[in-house]
Amino acid sequence: MKRVVITGAGTVNALGHNVDQTLEAMREGRCGIGPLDLRDVERLAVQIGAQVQDFESEKLFNRQQIALFDRFTQFALVAAREAIGQSGLEFHGDLAAKSGVVFGNSGGGMQTLDENYRTVYEDGKNRVHPFVVPKLMNNAAASHVSMEFNLKGPSFTVASACASSNHAMAQAFQMVQSGMSPVMITGGAESMLCFGGVKAWEGLRVMSKDACRPFSANRNGMVQGEGAGAFVFEELEHAKARGADVLAEIVGFAMSSDAADIVMPSKQGAARAISGALENARLNREDVGYINAHGTGTAANDKTECSAVADVFGPHADALMMSSTKSMHGHLIGGTGAVELLACIMAVRDGIVAPTIGYEEADPECAIDVVPNEARDANVEVALSNAFAFGGLNAVLALRRF
Amino acid sequence: MSIQDKVIEIIAEQAVLEPSDVTLESTLEDLGIDSLGLVESIFAIEEAFDISVPFNANEPSASDFDISSVASIISGIQSLVSEQA
Repeated sequence: MKRVVITGAGTVNALGHNVDQTLEAMREGRCGIGPLDLRDVERLAVQIGAQVQDFESEKLFNRQQIALFDRFTQFALVAAREAIGQSGLEFHGDLAAKSGVVFGNSGGGMQTLDENYRTVYEDGKNRVHPFVVPKLMNNAAASHVSMEFNLKGPSFTVASACASSNHAMAQAFQMVQSGMSPVMITGGAESMLCFGGVKAWEGLRVMSKDACRPFSANRNGMVQGEGAGAFVFEELEHAKARGADVLAEIVGFAMSSDAADIVMPSKQGAARAISGALENARLNREDVGYINAHGTGTAANDKTECSAVADVFGPHADALMMSSTKSMHGHLIGGTGAVELLACIMAVRDGIVAPTIGYEEADPECAIDVVPNEARDANVEVALSNAFAFGGLNAVLALRRF
Repeated sequence: MSIQDKVIEIIAEQAVLEPSDVTLESTLEDLGIDSLGLVESIFAIEEAFDISVPFNANEPSASDFDISSVASIISGIQSLVSEQA
């Protein structure tokens, strides 16, 4: 079994257009959530979200690319450029032939769907632009990353709703760990902040109209975000041989399915994924200093998650920290685990734990140190990243300081 | 603007060229327009003239619409527009 390290990271999300800006915002506990700026917002009951601000497509892509790239694909490419740029890798020959892209995504090109449904249903037009299908397919982001960087190995998209990125990164980890690929580009991207996207979520009545306050007794729902996170997962010896800087080591993962309910989370399913990740990574419970929570800010998730953590960690649950950075960057759905992995890297590499902001009132059902409102310096050797999706699909990753 | 000038303008934009660089003898291949560029050009032409161009990318030669050169495309558009009038 090979060891797998992260040699590049990239992102664009409501907190910043790159990793440095994002981590700075997390350290400062800044909130990226604000009034939504989108067409027909006045017809929405939920009018807040964590939108990417000042994203200048024209400066990042040429005219033909913009015609062909949905916003989620643009986010994925921006994040991948940063990650691969940081790694210093160029893909030629055998390396190119074996390296690929596994990206998480849930909704596909929702902006493209929304715009073109308007064209045919609302405007009554009978003709749509020929690129509708290549823009909206949910493998478009992974495909364009493969094309831009000459990645000719295994590439595909993983869709498991809010756990898509974690499932994708777990898959990429296995491919490098098994020796199948020396390098995999992985992460996730999502852009659902359009009228139809937000309207659909409204229907479930799990969205907050004012703020995302995970674990706080007065929490009243989730807030959607958008963006992407991308990482270079590289086989350790390959990285060493070229003198690459290592951000952190991925040491294990686990996946589980609740097999119970399409929306309600299960404590047992979450606990099996968390304990499975510890077992897979050969970690003791006491090794874990930080967990980046799924922490959506819904009544159901947060208490179930805390309860699962208490079950798995026993007395050590009182010693570890668990924060939800969704309070700052919102819930990126299929892209969320990728942005949240950045908080885990910051914890193990920089010794800074991102806070749960918006925390106002203790909830006895969430009796855990959620790092309320302010970032904290801490010596964290191992961090976990939780993702528990609608449909009962769970994936947890384990990172260790390198 | 004449039909010819409008079609040349659309094709030039697709090829990222000046309209003066697009001649009647040019083929789409000469201009560097690939299959996706072709369907995008046809979409733009349909929008500009409010016509429906009978073109199936699976069998480009099966329809009456001849795409072998800029001149043949223009002549195809002219007859579609006059049929509609």
